[in-house]
Amino acid sequence: MLKTFKIGGIHPEENKISAASSIEVMPIPSEVKIPLAQHIGKPAQPIVAVGDVVKVGQLIAKADGFVSANVHSSVSGKVTKIEDFIDGNGYKKSAIVIAVEGDEWDDSINRTSDIVNDIKLSPSDIISKIGEMGLVGMGGATFPTHVKLSVPPGKKCEFLIINGVECEPYLTSDHRLMLEHGEEVMIGIKILMTALSVDKAIIGIENNKPDAIKHLTELSSKYAGITVQPLKLKYPQGGEKQLIDACTGRQIPSGKLPIDVGAVVQNVGTAYAVYEAIQKNKPLIERIVCVTGKPLQKPSNLLVRVGTSVKEAINYAGGIPEDCGKVIGGGPMMGRAFTHLDVPVTKGTSGILVMNKKESQRPEVANCIRCAKCVGVCPMGLEPYLISKLSGKSMWDEAQEHRIMDCIECGSCNFTCPSNRPLLDYIRLGKNKVGAILRAKAAEAKCAADAKK
Amino acid sequence: MNSVLITIAILAILGCALAVILYFVSQKFKVYEDPRIAEVEALLPGANCGGCGFPGCHSLAEAMTKADDLSNIGCPGSSDAVKCQIAKILGKEVTASSPKIAVVRCNGTCAVRPKTLTYDGASSCAIAASHFSGDTGCSYGCLGFGDCVNVCKFDAIHVNKETGLVEVVEEKCVGCGACAKACPKGIIEIRNKGPKGRRLFVSCVNKDKGATAMKACKSACIGCGKCAKECSFEAITIENNVAYIDYNKCKLCRKCSAVCPTHAIHEVNFPPRPATSVAEKSDASSAKSVAESQKSE
Repeated sequence: MLKTFKIGGIHPEENKISAASSIEVMPIPSEVKIPLAQHIGKPAQPIVAVGDVVKVGQLIAKADGFVSANVHSSVSGKVTKIEDFIDGNGYKKSAIVIAVEGDEWDDSINRTSDIVNDIKLSPSDIISKIGEMGLVGMGGATFPTHVKLSVPPGKKCEFLIINGVECEPYLTSDHRLMLEHGEEVMIGIKILMTALSVDKAIIGIENNKPDAIKHLTELSSKYAGITVQPLKLKYPQGGEKQLIDACTGRQIPSGKLPIDVGAVVQNVGTAYAVYEAIQKNKPLIERIVCVTGKPLQKPSNLLVRVGTSVKEAINYAGGIPEDCGKVIGGGPMMGRAFTHLDVPVTKGTSGILVMNKKESQRPEVANCIRCAKCVGVCPMGLEPYLISKLSGKSMWDEAQEHRIMDCIECGSCNFTCPSNRPLLDYIRLGKNKVGAILRAKAAEAKCAADAKK
Repeated sequence: MNSVLITIAILAILGCALAVILYFVSQKFKVYEDPRIAEVEALLPGANCGGCGFPGCHSLAEAMTKADDLSNIGCPGSSDAVKCQIAKILGKEVTASSPKIAVVRCNGTCAVRPKTLTYDGASSCAIAASHFSGDTGCSYGCLGFGDCVNVCKFDAIHVNKETGLVEVVEEKCVGCGACAKACPKGIIEIRNKGPKGRRLFVSCVNKDKGATAMKACKSACIGCGKCAKECSFEAITIENNVAYIDYNKCKLCRKCSAVCPTHAIHEVNFPPRPATSVAEKSDASSAKSVAESQKSE
């Protein structure tokens, strides 16, 4: 039976134009720029110096702090620069630049395509190894995987939910991964189950990918505890909270985490990366990037080394079209437009979407007509028109009362607004401000408590 | 007729009785407020801008009445005459303060800082800044959507459509600092208005190296240090490739602005220079050579 989440949701045009193109290995570029911050949290600390010779898979920057991730070299060659570069948003970030020489891999990495079935490590070893290998959530949020797998004391994980939804229009990298590397994904899920000590895993896949559902259902008969749950097509089903609701019927209370209802969610891409990290000793140095878009000559799914420039990836997929209006990192709903194309592909780049001039223009904004369509589609049950207005008027307390912090920034409200109002822009601004106020209050309370002691 | 008289009589008696009750109640529960608070408040602008650090003009008046001395407390928007008047009411001394004004430290007009991107999102600096660094090559400069204009209670800052920059109206600005807080790029600074309104400031905050800054904006401060060398009062410091003039040390000699190769140092309310000034010698070509020499370094 098809399931889906209960509140809201929209049906944008699917446009999965690259669904039929199988994964291609992109040639190694002549130079890579590996950013130190490819994850949520503090940037990693570089441990190589300019002039050092590195191998593929060698650790080049160490995680700094609890929520941070290791960074490994994706190529072999010489470190030429460790400096600031302009990232996709136009702000400065630091990166390690490596000039490629050959393709020499670290000896510990198993490069064969043999499937390794046995899981030898204990749960705690698996988690620490995942941390070592620099794994982050591959869906785009880039939360360090080992942190997510460390269940806080006093809480119990009952389900592992695997996100194979890929609800963003255009993107097909997870779809291709499930079709071409289903076996590896399954073993990856088994490893994750071992790490979390759970015996139930549910793979949620939307029914616009019947081939993937069929393939994984067949495979799942070999693996005890793993079931495939076909889901009704609806955006944003790939949101953590929506997916848990769709798969288990459990709803996460406001301000709580998935673990509070006994679930941990991981992306299929992450499961594959876990398989490679644990069974093949391969750190997260390459990922499948869906390079797509209507004006693009050859929409493809490419296996790209981290640090390759976006421009080169687009060139490989047929070159930048004349009619190019915007290039977006991620999907059309939640992605961000690049300010320039000399930006490296990172661990979180799930897609590169090229839009033509007409598509990329925002329609003219009109007044709010109080139709409440945004309220109807909000998957978190919020009132987007109201909180965006409160945020525009800097009424932070009221915005917080109306649960602005629950917004998952899926963009359904923007999509559905008949007046084309930039609702999410204002809500995001409000979330930043309210978040800062809450953090300041928490810090103050902590200071006061410390002083009391 | 009779009923009318009775009604009038009853109302009159009732009125008198209630008046007596009210009188006694008001005597009994009287809250004493220093009458000077109202007098002081009447002299304040009444815009409740918050520039003084208090929630509004009434709170400031209260605090000023209670304060022992007025050196650290007061309305940034009041003139010295008003401050003297307030001090007189409160029977306190007031030291002559230097009035403040907001200055916009960005010189990047549309002409010198061409747009490299098109932004069609929400028209707000804070939102634009959260999306990206800006629609020009300079990631430090004015975005021009006017968040500062929206917060100004004195109608003292406006967007100039021709230049794409915001401009402060000298007569109206009280230096409350609301705009400086609202600016996500931090380019608005509250500085001394200066004697006769004369002041000098570096109208740029670009921290990029000279060549990069110059590429993005022809009138960016390239951090060449010519001004700092020229200054005899050690008022100019160069940090992160951008010059800063300390208004407490600056003696308004204008030597720095004369040598600035990119004209990034602005002079306000000065009389025109004599015809044979040094300013003419420094033109764009010298700016270029300085930027290039930095690049080669």
